[in-house]
Amino acid sequence: MQEEVLLQMRHIEKRFPGVLALNGVDFTLRKGEIHALMGENGAGKSTLIKVLTGVYQMDGGEISVEGTNISIRSPQDAQNKGISTVYQEITLCPNLTVAENMFIGREGGAWVKHKDYEKRADEILTHLGIPARSTQQLGNCSLAVQQMVAIARAVDMNCKVLILDEPTSSLDDKEVNMLFDLMRDLKAKGVGIIFVTHFLEQVYEVSDRITVLRNGELVGEYLTEELPQVELVAKMIGKELDELSNLGDTEEKEHKDSEVLYEASNLSSTDAMPFDFSIRKGEVNGFTGLLGSGRSESVRAIFGADKVTGGSVKIKGKPVKITKPIDAMKNGIGYLAEDRKRDGIIAELSVRENIILALQVMNGLFKPISRSEAEAFADEYIKVLNIKTASRETPVGSLSGGNQQKVILARWLLTHPDYLILDEPTRGIDVGTKLEIQKLVLKLAEEGVSVTFISSEVEEMLRTCSRLIVMRDRHIVGELKGADLNQTQVMKTIAGGEA
Amino acid sequence: MKMNNAKNREPLTDTQLLMSITIVIFVVMYLIAMIFLGGGFLHAQQIFDMLNDNASLIIVSCGLTIVMIGGGIDISVGAVTSLVVMSCVLYLNNGGNILVSIFLAVGIGLAFGLVQGFLISYLEIQPFIVTLAGMFFARGMTTILSVNPQKADHEGFAKLRDAKIEINALGYTAKNGNLVPARMELGVVVALACVVLIFILLKYLRLGRNFYAMGGNQQSALMLGINVKRTRFLSYILSGLLSGISGYVFMLHTGAGNATNAAGMEMNAIASSIIGGTLLTGGVGNVAGTFFGTLTLTTIKKIVVSSGLNDPWWQSITTGGMLCFFILLQSVVLSKRSKKKKQ
Repeated sequence: MQEEVLLQMRHIEKRFPGVLALNGVDFTLRKGEIHALMGENGAGKSTLIKVLTGVYQMDGGEISVEGTNISIRSPQDAQNKGISTVYQEITLCPNLTVAENMFIGREGGAWVKHKDYEKRADEILTHLGIPARSTQQLGNCSLAVQQMVAIARAVDMNCKVLILDEPTSSLDDKEVNMLFDLMRDLKAKGVGIIFVTHFLEQVYEVSDRITVLRNGELVGEYLTEELPQVELVAKMIGKELDELSNLGDTEEKEHKDSEVLYEASNLSSTDAMPFDFSIRKGEVNGFTGLLGSGRSESVRAIFGADKVTGGSVKIKGKPVKITKPIDAMKNGIGYLAEDRKRDGIIAELSVRENIILALQVMNGLFKPISRSEAEAFADEYIKVLNIKTASRETPVGSLSGGNQQKVILARWLLTHPDYLILDEPTRGIDVGTKLEIQKLVLKLAEEGVSVTFISSEVEEMLRTCSRLIVMRDRHIVGELKGADLNQTQVMKTIAGGEA
Repeated sequence: MKMNNAKNREPLTDTQLLMSITIVIFVVMYLIAMIFLGGGFLHAQQIFDMLNDNASLIIVSCGLTIVMIGGGIDISVGAVTSLVVMSCVLYLNNGGNILVSIFLAVGIGLAFGLVQGFLISYLEIQPFIVTLAGMFFARGMTTILSVNPQKADHEGFAKLRDAKIEINALGYTAKNGNLVPARMELGVVVALACVVLIFILLKYLRLGRNFYAMGGNQQSALMLGINVKRTRFLSYILSGLLSGISGYVFMLHTGAGNATNAAGMEMNAIASSIIGGTLLTGGVGNVAGTFFGTLTLTTIKKIVVSSGLNDPWWQSITTGGMLCFFILLQSVVLSKRSKKKKQ
């Protein structure tokens, strides 16, 4: 490995209204290395990438390429300065040929020299070992090949720094290997590659160095071979291992006596691999794993939020069919979605309207909830959940994150579910509200409601759940309960193998 | 050796595939008409009549195809055609000059393209709304110019209007023994020239490929370094320009201006483009397809009339049916394709 520094970012700062997204982060990329950028949600890695590619302007710090300070004004500007990015979603045109995608937008002259492009494209494709023909329509190639074509374009534009942002998330194993071969090839040619991913095994397979970010701050830069997987997880989640061993005094909450409420076998959806799962009445369990491990996808499959592709589901012992959210709702399942802004609130509608939404859907179009009824419901839940709002008619968008979350909780509680799925209910909300929500979960369980609780904060899950299902790379890799329910064990299971 | 064979037979692009379907259907339909209906369909003049009657429709359809490939829509084209016809007729009747009248036609079309293109591309207003406004505006202007139909009585123009290209070889012998040559109007030459030029533009010019890129994925086009705003602006300018030319060709065919000229032409143009394999979602399409799309649409209308269904609504009903059929066919073909890719 050459040690020559290619890119240096020093004390990068980026501020958004109310948040310091990057706080004095340093990042160094050397020539001919694959450098993994790791961090959980909100750690700041995508902000850092966006600063580097000119999507965001930094508020402080400096960037230098090969020793010269540069400022990056736009993605176009970044490309011209040798920094190319290949995004998770392919930013090429599927209706054009491979050759055209490689040359369009950067060639002079009025005429398109198809033959010339095709010849040059074929040369580059052969040189990089990409299994595509220049005359193919890009949309007919597999996603992996499309991604590689994007990389080929970047390489032909003489990029020195290549950023791969979650390139493997929609590829299968074989395609991932093809991509890795290409990455190693480019590395040998002296390109510096920044590899952003949440697949731990891939990081260890291909990267030379790892930089970990957490809460907008640099945790550290490590040589991949010197950092065991379990330590990497600990650094990402934010607890040193030694401290962790002392924690973990969860009370035993076994539910062997109560009946099984929900049972799925071999359930799969377009986004989730087949899995088995069951939950008893009044039980609180959790799905844990790093971002992208498939934890959200699994619960979405339970709720029918993604297209269910297989498996069977029993509720209270009776087989039911749940293929879309309304089926799940009719069977007494509620689901608080991970992305509050996109899948949860309707910002322009009032608190009252947001609260009655799910109940209204279940009642159907022809049984409207009267205004006075709706007002009574809204007032009741504003009081019960202590929602801080000017009035029940205030648009939800103007409430704080925690209170928005409570409104959505109220929406589901109003349907009196038997089984409530909460996906990241505590993300981005203040500590006080977090505790309130955790207490509420436990109270619901006492009343006989089953709850599945997902959170990136392991500690929070340990406090509320009596059983944890651990996922890694889209598969369930373990189930922890009783004495195993402690942070060390969770991290070991997430990381896989021995610590 | 097998590898080599595979290399030579590249699967068709979506554009080529949809266009081929249209051409095949057109040919089959025409052959069926020749066999079962005979009569006019057996003479070459039938094709020439179809071209003579639809030269201006072919021209605006080309413009619309460009806009639709870029992911937009332009519904002002029929009204602009009508406005051009009325303006030019009035100008010629007041002692105008032929050459200036051509400039007038092109100028009006360009003006609409410029204004609409600017509003859509740089002020980012919905193309449907902008061109709807343009349509009403042009229709209104036409009526202001003259409520009554105006016949062009300019001498030089009359010569131009009556000029026909006669092809003896494709003619037929009438009952009295005289040879009736196949006749083609000047407008058809203009229309064919437009089709060829736009075909070259779309296939071999950078601008043309940028239209496809923009329609395929606007965000990607931007990331690939294409000036999307300017490209979109130019697509509407071309559409406006072609509407102007279409107006002049329309006048050459009818020789008169009328406020109801070219009524519904924009819808026929959209139908022609779609039947020819242009997708409303953008990025796929071709003017050669559009040309055959127009012919297909016209042929089916002729078949309906020849079958004795003379009432005008039958034509509308079959047009609607055709459009549904083609859209269904396209979506089935394309979804089969993407499924095959996934496996």
